Amino acid sequence: MNLAFVVMLPFLGACLPPLVERVSANRTLMAFAAALMPATALALLVSPAMQVFAGETLHSTLPWIPSLDLSLAFRLDGLALLFALLVLGIGLLVILYARYYLSAKEKAGRFYAYLLLFMGAMLGVVTSDNLLLLVVFWELTSLSSFLLIGFWGHQTGARKGARMAMTVTGMGGLALLAGVLLIGDVVGTFNLQTVLESGDVIRSNPWYPVILCLVLLGVFTKSAQFPFHFWLPHAMAAPTPVSAYLHSATMVKAGVFLLARLYPALAGTDLWFMLVSMAGMLTLLWAAFVALFQHDLKGLLAYSTISHLGLITLLFGLNREMAAVAAVFHIINHATFKASLFMAAGIIDHETGTRDMRRINGLWKYMPYTAVLAMVASAAMAGVPLLNGFLSKEMFFAETLGSHQLGALSWILPVGATLGGVFSVAYSARFIHDVFFNGEPVNLPKYPPHEPPRYMKVPVEILVALCVAVGVFPAITVAGLLAVAASATLGGTLPEYHLSIWHGFNLPLVMSFVATIGGVLAYTQRRRLFDVWARLPQLDAKLVFEGRVQQIGRWAAALTGRFQNGSLQSYVAWLVTLVAVIMLTQLAPLSGLDLSQYSLPMDGVAILCTAMLVAAALLTTVLHRHRMTSIMSLSVVGLMVSLLFVRFSAPDLALTQLSVEVVTMLLLMLAMYFLPVRTKVESSSIRVIRDILLAVICGAGVATLAFLVMTGETSTISQFFMDNSKPGGGGTNVVNVILVDFRGFDTFGEITVLGVAAMGIYALLKDLELRSAKYDSLGRPWARDAHPLILVTISRPLLPLALLIAVYIFLRGHNLPGGGFVAGLITSVALVLQYVASGVGWVHSRMPGDYHPVVALGVLLAGLTGVGSWAFGYPFLTSDFTYIYWPVVGKFELATAMLFDTGVFLTVVGATLLMLANLGKLSLLDDKREDA
Amino acid sequence: MLSTALSIAIGLFVLAWVLNLGRLIFGPSLPDRVLALDTMYINSIALIVLYGIQQSSKLYFEAAMLIALIGFVSTVAVAKYVTRGDIIE
Repeated sequence: MNLAFVVMLPFLGACLPPLVERVSANRTLMAFAAALMPATALALLVSPAMQVFAGETLHSTLPWIPSLDLSLAFRLDGLALLFALLVLGIGLLVILYARYYLSAKEKAGRFYAYLLLFMGAMLGVVTSDNLLLLVVFWELTSLSSFLLIGFWGHQTGARKGARMAMTVTGMGGLALLAGVLLIGDVVGTFNLQTVLESGDVIRSNPWYPVILCLVLLGVFTKSAQFPFHFWLPHAMAAPTPVSAYLHSATMVKAGVFLLARLYPALAGTDLWFMLVSMAGMLTLLWAAFVALFQHDLKGLLAYSTISHLGLITLLFGLNREMAAVAAVFHIINHATFKASLFMAAGIIDHETGTRDMRRINGLWKYMPYTAVLAMVASAAMAGVPLLNGFLSKEMFFAETLGSHQLGALSWILPVGATLGGVFSVAYSARFIHDVFFNGEPVNLPKYPPHEPPRYMKVPVEILVALCVAVGVFPAITVAGLLAVAASATLGGTLPEYHLSIWHGFNLPLVMSFVATIGGVLAYTQRRRLFDVWARLPQLDAKLVFEGRVQQIGRWAAALTGRFQNGSLQSYVAWLVTLVAVIMLTQLAPLSGLDLSQYSLPMDGVAILCTAMLVAAALLTTVLHRHRMTSIMSLSVVGLMVSLLFVRFSAPDLALTQLSVEVVTMLLLMLAMYFLPVRTKVESSSIRVIRDILLAVICGAGVATLAFLVMTGETSTISQFFMDNSKPGGGGTNVVNVILVDFRGFDTFGEITVLGVAAMGIYALLKDLELRSAKYDSLGRPWARDAHPLILVTISRPLLPLALLIAVYIFLRGHNLPGGGFVAGLITSVALVLQYVASGVGWVHSRMPGDYHPVVALGVLLAGLTGVGSWAFGYPFLTSDFTYIYWPVVGKFELATAMLFDTGVFLTVVGATLLMLANLGKLSLLDDKREDA
Repeated sequence: MLSTALSIAIGLFVLAWVLNLGRLIFGPSLPDRVLALDTMYINSIALIVLYGIQQSSKLYFEAAMLIALIGFVSTVAVAKYVTRGDIIE
């Protein structure tokens, strides 16, 4: 049986309930749909489980991204099996429970989908055999728990709680990722088996403290350990089935699961002991203490959960094999009694309409059956003999007694443990006494409360029965599972121990006794304790957290505002400064320029051309306030550059530059209509001097760089392209073959960007209304003739001519200067000329005016050409070519690159026209139209 | 003989270029500048063709053709801007 398939099942199952919801609103049907896949997964695990019990560890691996050492590797050993059973088993119970918990109004299908998503993610975490994969699933649990906590998104508490949980566990996940990457670096692989076997290598590595801290950050945030515990009580805004599932049985156990999983690799050092056991101890005591004062039923359970997680963490931190066994045992016990308690709390909430323990009293009379179940579970939580909680708590007490790592201060551990026991008994007593006895209910929203529907109690019954069964007959119920899980945790070895209810009269028993008596005493004195608590300064974690988040937001906004202040000039200034700094630091250490190496031939015309280029560029800068004049001289710059390209044998560039010039000109003229003719003086003279300095430094730097490149003796890859263009790409025009073949992937990226930019411009201009001027800049009315006859007459025959030339340029592109890009620009210019000459109405009555399909088609065609090579077993965008003989034309080359080039062509035409036509259409809205 | 003629022709067109640039700089009106730019494009066609003849190469012909085909569109756009403000309507 492939494990990957089992893990995939819940993900597949997540699709079913929403599908059922479309057909019928029957919640039972949806619950069945939700339960189908987990039940299948559980059934499929039966036979592998037998192998695990026989001592095997099952592995299954599918390659995913081998270059990153990331594979879909899964393993099933004792620990994974234990957690898989918890995840699937309790998951099924929760599905049944939620059927009755959710009201008919709620979107049960969506709820089940989220729940199954989480189930799959959690199953992935516990069965991953690759650390990176584990982190991926880990993040998925954070994401799906965000969705579940925020399920009642109309409540602000749910939204804030979800956000807080997401932020805290998400940050922990990032830390964990960093830790895992370091582990991978130290061990050399992310394979879990190898990592577990390399414990000594990791522990002796100088990076060990960093690795440990990062991993523990992930663990502590996920398992709500002090000081990251605050998110869990706020996550109680989730529907109670979620609390029962995620926040008691599974997700918060992911942290301690990781402690168990990486126990052979990371545990055993003093640092581990100090960090893990101290965090666990603090959490255990603090949360148990706070739990007593919670008036909210779920709040009490939440803090109690934190406290028990602290207990488990503390056990793992003790660096004793027997303590790890106890920790695994307590994971099982806590999951059973806490899930049932949450469900009982949900039933009470459901039947009374409140969770406030100051109002819920004396429910024994109204719902005795539920009361019995809840009381048994609470007793298990308190550690009463004959129940499962007692067994693991005894083991816990014994382990704290046995630890001597704190030297003379070792007594702190058992004392702290007993104190934790006291509080734990006290809050359990409160849960039992306050809710089911203690007088009459006060002001219940629903009165009188009564027993819930029959099947809502079934999950609670099953779990409570398990508590009792484990508590009374540990050896025949849980011993086998515990043994395989614990030995997997410890890396194969298992200390001598036996599970039994009576170990004789010993110190742990005395501690239990003290805890019980102390707890009951503390509960009877609760009024005084509540008074003391009320006088303590209260800290609302939500307010603090939200405040911090908003503060960070303000800082980020202030920092961003510094740089991104809306002034394009300032962005350019920052950019240019950075370029200047980088360039100067890199250029300074180089040896001087040797201009005698410069070998390009110069003649009078080229020198004059360059001089005019410089003059025109200067003119553009100096006259930049006279917009029209500066656009004209900018055009001269473009023309001169094109001509220099011609002079220095770069006809491809010349063709492209010429067509880009025209399109730029059109674009500027379109925009000019809505802009003032002259711009105001805005910069101070200091700023002008600063800008001139910047420009000079940067310009000089670029010139130096260019000279260095041209005179240097570095070997370039040009020769490779020259040599391989014809045999490899089938074309003699190296530039074109580079664009569509060698570097086709770059070109594909570029046309995608072009398409995205065009869509962005389209979105920006949509529904934009601009008023246009009634008179020109000198106050004269506009000419009356919108479409002069001469222009119309000349432009129309030009279109077919231009298209013919575009086709010609396109077809010859592979071998001679040209190609899809230039052809696209020529076509665009010819079409825009029609817009200019004959108007939008005339053009759109003859061809469709929507250009985004053209852009999409172009990108799609280029992409499909690339994907097409997969069909023949080649990598993306591998090109092929062949020659055919046409009757008239003769030998003609057919290359897949040409298909790709067609994609480029379409994208360019679509994008250019999308921009120009939409800018042009802006003024259709204005009032000049009727007198035109 | 041909090379002498070519040299003289190139020289004259380059001179025309410089004069065009002067007109573009000194204006004085916008139509003057547009015409200067347009003439510059035309002169560039001539220069490219002459250069091609001088080098006995067909490689530069397309550049000249492209300027002839679409170079005037900028001029049309500016002219449209001057007369109507809006170039696409």
